[in-house]
Amino acid sequence: MTAYIPIEMTRGRSVGADRAFSLFTTGAAWFVLLLLGATALSMAWGGRLAFQTFGLGFITSSEWDAVQGKFGALVPIYGTLVTSAIALLIAFPISIGIALFLTEIAPRWSRGPIGIAVELLAAIPSIIYGMWGLFVFAPFMGAHVEPWLTDHLGAWPILGTLFDGPPIGIGMLTAGIVLGIMIIPFIAAVARDVFAEVPAPLKEAAVALGSTRWEVLTKVTLPYTRSAIIGAIFLGLGRALGETMAVTFVLGNAHDLSLSLLMPSNSIAAAIANEFTEADSQLYRSSLIALAFLLFVVTFIVLSLAKLLLLRLKRVHGRTL
Amino acid sequence: MRKMLWMLPVVALLAACGSNGPTDKQVGAAAITGAGSTFVYPVLSAWAADYAAQTGTKVNYQSIGSGGGVSQVKAGTVDFGATDQPLAPSELAQGKLAQFPVVIGGIVPVVNLSGVEPGKLRLTGPVLADIFAGRIKKWNDAAIVEANPGTALPDAEIAVVHRSDGSGTTYNFTHYLSQVSPAWKSGPGEGKTVAWPTGVGGKGNEGVAGYVRQIPNSIGYVEYAYALQGGMAYAALQNAAGSFVSPSSKTFSNAAASADWANAKDFDLVMTNAPGADAYPITATTFVLMPTSPSDKARSKAALDFFRFAFEHGQDQATKLDYVPLPPALVRQIETYIAQKIK
Repeated sequence: MTAYIPIEMTRGRSVGADRAFSLFTTGAAWFVLLLLGATALSMAWGGRLAFQTFGLGFITSSEWDAVQGKFGALVPIYGTLVTSAIALLIAFPISIGIALFLTEIAPRWSRGPIGIAVELLAAIPSIIYGMWGLFVFAPFMGAHVEPWLTDHLGAWPILGTLFDGPPIGIGMLTAGIVLGIMIIPFIAAVARDVFAEVPAPLKEAAVALGSTRWEVLTKVTLPYTRSAIIGAIFLGLGRALGETMAVTFVLGNAHDLSLSLLMPSNSIAAAIANEFTEADSQLYRSSLIALAFLLFVVTFIVLSLAKLLLLRLKRVHGRTL
Repeated sequence: MRKMLWMLPVVALLAACGSNGPTDKQVGAAAITGAGSTFVYPVLSAWAADYAAQTGTKVNYQSIGSGGGVSQVKAGTVDFGATDQPLAPSELAQGKLAQFPVVIGGIVPVVNLSGVEPGKLRLTGPVLADIFAGRIKKWNDAAIVEANPGTALPDAEIAVVHRSDGSGTTYNFTHYLSQVSPAWKSGPGEGKTVAWPTGVGGKGNEGVAGYVRQIPNSIGYVEYAYALQGGMAYAALQNAAGSFVSPSSKTFSNAAASADWANAKDFDLVMTNAPGADAYPITATTFVLMPTSPSDKARSKAALDFFRFAFEHGQDQATKLDYVPLPPALVRQIETYIAQKIK
């Protein structure tokens, strides 16, 4: 048996250093919390004029008219959530695929180079994605993908409304796909590290019991790493919710509420970036700051839901990595 | 207007090197500071470089946007502000400010229609307003066909492109639409950002130009220089006198000359829909704002000297950057105004 020395027993040798270290780490942790609270508070304070003027209508109204001084945040909130959802729908399976390939299937010599390439993707500035989206991807979507979607799915009863509209290549679908490509490296890199942590004996035992590769994947690797994978997904989602430049380029920046994914919309971050410099009335500026506060709230709600989901999973299936 | 922009740092550097020697002594005040309109930034920077080379006085201009320029000069943090949207005389009096125009430019409807060359498409003001309002949806609409006999127009939906950011360009464009279309005036109205009934928004002139180039059958509006540089197909517009006019420095200065400056108090005049026979209808000016009783008289005088220099010697630079210098009569009126207003 290994004998562990309790930390208390090291007392006397470096009490001062220990205490300083403990103070420093505690301070750092509380500082982050303080910063978070201060940011939220100052945005709520900056947006108080908008909240006072419009009340709950600020969240439920889709009207955004600087000339008449009427502001409602429904379109940016909707656009932010829809584009992020599309991004996640695309990024999740692909990143998990990349991570599984790198840890389970790829020949050992190729894992390093491919892994580094995926990580490098994360280092590309978002403006590059935006310009690629505008000059290369949007015309491709407008010329090939969107007409096909309208022709083949546009007539379907409910799904059809999602793909209705002129194929201009700029809109929520394009923005969601570009966002999805942007967050793939984030999810893939974390997922790969997590999959590598699955103990080899577990997998070997499964193989010994006659499991196929697919069964090892779905019955051992994925359940074992569930919480960490969900964490990785929400890291990506957090980035998608707040992404500004790339979205501004391909989303269309129009305050129109439309169910069709082919239509232009707006996102919270893009609206702030676009309009803040020339927001010359008090109410206009306050509304933009209130938007920033709402982005904070939206992100907070989404991450809290993730945390709740994790807790539930832990209760039902037991603790995992 | 941006084509020479990359040269500015070089010019400024050369100017700085040239003036650091003997002329250094004649620098009275520190650098003149200004802030505001992005529309005027290229020509103002070029003037500043020339002025520094000749006199040694530096002009530091920050293009933070018209709205920012107005609030900075009101707060007294800069010597002058620049805005694309003139202030009303009452607001000027309240802020103890004087206002005068400095340079002229034009705003051009650009289209992406296969087979339509620059200046070939003809649009009337009300039709342009109806297109941007989403009331005219197709290129072969009877109203467009009527103005374009002999031009083949496609049976395609019009994709509208507008600015997504607040902008003096949008202000002048929507001001024009409000003047020619009562429906537009009561609908979206005029402003640096308006509630666009339809279309996609691009950030900045380059964003709008980019969208128009990418989206087939689209129409947008940009500063003249962007239409020129991109070789984009612009439309000729019907002016107040009833003739179709293509944008050019000639038709812009016609508009400036025919605008009723003499009766505009504090130059509070937006030149759109100018009455001249050959005047381009969406012509715009940038206005400079300065305190009428400045706290630092030496700096105020230095700033005025800079603008006098620009009026006298800045025409070539302005023309090179696709702006139009002010007509001489207007410059004389500004001189009188400055002498009366700024003490």
